[in-house]
Amino acid sequence: MTTEKYLEFDNVTKQYENFTAVSGLSFSVNKGDIFGFLGPNGAGKSTSIRMLLSLITPTSGDIKLFGTPINQDRNSTIAQVGALVEKPDFYPYLSAERNLDILARLSEVENRQAKIDEVLDLVGLTERRDSKVKTFSQGMKQRLGIAQTLLHSPKLVVLDEPANGLDPQGQVDMRELIVRLNKEQGITIIISSHILNEVEQICNRMVIINRGKSVVEGDVAELLTGSKMKVMLTTDDNEKAMSIIATSDPAIEMKKLNEEKISLQIERESVPNINNLLINSGIKVYSIEPIRSLEEYFIDKTK
Amino acid sequence: MINILKIELFKIFRKPRTYIGFAAIAFIVTVVNLGFLFEGDQLLGFLLDSLKEKFYLNGKLINAYTMSFIILNSLWIHLPILIAITAGDMLSGEANHGTFRLLLTRPISRMKLLTAKFFAAWIYTVLLLVFMIGYSLALGYIIFGVGDLIVVKSAISIIASDDVLWRFGYAFLYGILSMTTVTSLAYLISSYAESSIVPIVGTFAIIVGLTIVSTLGYALIAPAIPYMFTTYLPSWDIFFQMEMNQEKLVRAIWVNLAYTAAFISISFYHFKNKDILS
Repeated sequence: MTTEKYLEFDNVTKQYENFTAVSGLSFSVNKGDIFGFLGPNGAGKSTSIRMLLSLITPTSGDIKLFGTPINQDRNSTIAQVGALVEKPDFYPYLSAERNLDILARLSEVENRQAKIDEVLDLVGLTERRDSKVKTFSQGMKQRLGIAQTLLHSPKLVVLDEPANGLDPQGQVDMRELIVRLNKEQGITIIISSHILNEVEQICNRMVIINRGKSVVEGDVAELLTGSKMKVMLTTDDNEKAMSIIATSDPAIEMKKLNEEKISLQIERESVPNINNLLINSGIKVYSIEPIRSLEEYFIDKTK
Repeated sequence: MINILKIELFKIFRKPRTYIGFAAIAFIVTVVNLGFLFEGDQLLGFLLDSLKEKFYLNGKLINAYTMSFIILNSLWIHLPILIAITAGDMLSGEANHGTFRLLLTRPISRMKLLTAKFFAAWIYTVLLLVFMIGYSLALGYIIFGVGDLIVVKSAISIIASDDVLWRFGYAFLYGILSMTTVTSLAYLISSYAESSIVPIVGTFAIIVGLTIVSTLGYALIAPAIPYMFTTYLPSWDIFFQMEMNQEKLVRAIWVNLAYTAAFISISFYHFKNKDILS
């Protein structure tokens, strides 16, 4: 069975006068993906997103949306895309509802009022619908930004740093909303984010880009399980714990982080065994915490 | 297209800055009319002192037509800045607010958006002119009533009251043409700028700069003066001459049309190919 590709970047380059923002970038997003688009600052993420939305013209290469080159029949392909590019900016002198109404009219949304009500409810802004956007906090603007991406019932949603400005509960709500949109409405989602924990938790596929080039692309779980799990161990006697672990399996990589903590690189299945071994040897194990594997992986790939 | 035009007009008239032009005109027209109401004889005496030495002037010299003519004369050079406040904000305002990212990720072409925005700015310009001429005539009529119009330029013309209104009508139509040129200049600068202040100051600086240069009339630039659009900004007064200078009028129309076409074409070409980085 072939997977339907919603977005394809094929050897895309964006060259400015004195620097190359994106260089020969290739990756693809499949129908149904929650796709992580990762890279350090200045890697070319925003330029790539702007190119796929035809805000910026690529210098060379091909971009296809739903199998159609973006410069062919642009309006009908872009009609199926919702996008929040960088920070959520709106007309500050208009209310949230008026802003959405303008965008819904431009997208020729049917049952406009019902759709506006639905998306405002979805992001929890119903009560502030009549407030001018200039009175909104960054988090509220961010939620309104998400709402506008969903107005025209798109098949693909592009979210550039969707958790920016949100408080911890807001970030959790955002993650849940993204997963819900993907699972319940079948919307394919591309997330560009610096919050690797977020990407690791919700994305099924990802690409990491650096200096405008693709470094690695694939299934998140497969990419991360290729390496061993890294955990941080806190005990009442780290010297003794290290000695016991080394005696049981000399191949385990260990590093003393400080007086209280040790880092271990082990197979996931070995974690309970190490825990049992230490407890049976009379050592008090206060905590075993995973060190985020995507974070390690990301730093390794982009350093 | 009509849909986008309606949206653009809605946005224009929801911005407080849109009303600055109307408020400024209302204030100036009211102050000038009240000034003439209370100190009219003194002010008119000052204006007509030289004439009184040679002519005997009798009748209702301060009237709606005289007031409107004086106001048009004074405001014509200031009108471009009021127009630039809105026309100059049409594209740079979107860049400044970052809202191009919202508009241009919708299924509308850049050409349609640009066309709708230009027409919205043009409609604002026409409404500003309608308000300026309409309000000054109406207020003048309420306060002073109508009468003959004395026009003192290179020659003295006394235009009978029943021969004046059509002249204001044509002056208004010519005003639309010349202010469309100003609107398209502000629009052109707006397509390059990311802040609204640039097209406002830029439009005014170009108009004032070219007006000064053409007034000084240096031999080096004298041949270019007939081809500058600023030369024809005050040409609405052709309609208030007893013998209209038709040759000048035709040239003024062509020069305005040529500049308008050039400014719009450049702004469209530039914006169509522009990378949206704001």
